[in-house]
Amino acid sequence: MKALKCRECGREYPLTATHVCEFDFGPLEVMYDYDRIRQSLSRSSIQSRPQTMWRYRELLPVAGEPTVGFEVGFTPLIRADRLARVLGVREVWVKNDTVNYPTLSFKDRVVSVALSRARELGFTTVACASTGNLANSVAANAAASGLKAYVFIPADLEQGKVVNSLVYGAEVIGIKGHYDEVNRLCAEIAGKYGWAFVNVNMRPYYAEGSKSMGFEIVEQLGWRIPQHTVVPMASGSLLTKIRKSYQELVRLGLTPETKYRVHGAQAAGCAPISTAQKAGLDFFKPVKPNTIAKSLAIGTPADGFYALKVMKDTGGAADDVSDDEVRAGIRLLADCEGIFAETAGGVTVGVARKLIASGRIPANDSVVLCVTGNGLKTLDAVAGHVGRTRDIKPSLREFEALLEAETRSTAHF
Amino acid sequence: MAAKVRIPTPLRKLTNNEEVVEVRAGTVGAAIAELQLRYPGIKERLLDDTGAVRRFVNVYVNEEDIRFLQNQQTPVKDGDEVSIIPAIAGG
Repeated sequence: MKALKCRECGREYPLTATHVCEFDFGPLEVMYDYDRIRQSLSRSSIQSRPQTMWRYRELLPVAGEPTVGFEVGFTPLIRADRLARVLGVREVWVKNDTVNYPTLSFKDRVVSVALSRARELGFTTVACASTGNLANSVAANAAASGLKAYVFIPADLEQGKVVNSLVYGAEVIGIKGHYDEVNRLCAEIAGKYGWAFVNVNMRPYYAEGSKSMGFEIVEQLGWRIPQHTVVPMASGSLLTKIRKSYQELVRLGLTPETKYRVHGAQAAGCAPISTAQKAGLDFFKPVKPNTIAKSLAIGTPADGFYALKVMKDTGGAADDVSDDEVRAGIRLLADCEGIFAETAGGVTVGVARKLIASGRIPANDSVVLCVTGNGLKTLDAVAGHVGRTRDIKPSLREFEALLEAETRSTAHF
Repeated sequence: MAAKVRIPTPLRKLTNNEEVVEVRAGTVGAAIAELQLRYPGIKERLLDDTGAVRRFVNVYVNEEDIRFLQNQQTPVKDGDEVSIIPAIAGG
């Protein structure tokens, strides 16, 4: 790491817990010394290291060795041929962060970076504003490293995500409002208390953790950048960091520069970025979210401008899907590939389907879908929509009667 | 009586570290002009060259984003609370 730098005006700042430019409020980003990194980072040095996100350590913003989340990342990249057939495209790969360690979402990537850096800066209390997955990850990783955690969530979050934060002993504060209100409150709290808010004052470090997902995709594809990457968008941060990961690997000579497009996926009930992209605008209008995809329900996306720019620059597209299409996407991924994703995964699959059907992803191309969280956390969203059990007595006769009745009714159709 | 404006950390160097400043102006835009009179330089931090609120600045009146109200024409009454908050957070 060299410094923090404002993405708007280029002013530089020291590597402290600060996230906005004092002059124009622009976001600060970590700068690296790529010439130096090039000397120690090669395909073979990376491949000789443990299979975690930390094998790309030089490109992640910690000064010393990481101290939180050693085992995070390097989740499977699954070749999804059955899904590809249904979607009508030559090749589909699923980057499966539903099994990320330890809290089953991509947020473990950003949190291990943010908390490792927070410890380097001397913090003992960490915090976050979250739509759920981040709260789970901050709570778990803070517990495992002896840090005190405050997590702030919308009070109406899925039960699974609430319990998954409480169980680690974190202080869980439910805010009566939507995420954007949680976020605003946290921005005010972060200015007042000396805590490391992973996605407020630690955001420059935190956000870089998302790049590891892109690094892994490229390595797992045999050091090549996928033609198409479909990424779910909440703040838009993951999408911008996937692009940055591809750019960095090209810059370091680890992968050849090939043509690629990065596409964004949102839920129709909270689609400020997708709406702007479809209208050809380079700015978005904030919205009030109303969607079952609560993990993506950010109406005022912090990285919305940059996400729009990435899609524009790479020739990517955005689209959005209804709640029913989100559930259908979850079912499709489960049916075809045996992967149970949370609602954001249903959004990604549903939008990929639209982009392929409309030719924005050509049928002869190869696509990577970023599936970022586990369906066990959002059972409420699909319960009642995935069929039902048929309960019988422990009797062979009853079972055979059931089978016969169901066979008959299937034959009937 | 007056409205209160909450000043975010990055701007407090301009307000002599005051966290809350009272204004008498009747709209958000007029409140920014009033702040500029008392704390020269604050306006260019909040507004861009065209006079629009900078894209990484969010302004709220009584906790509602002014983009859902009437932007800089949003009325500000006695007792109202105006918050200026960096947009970059969360996600």
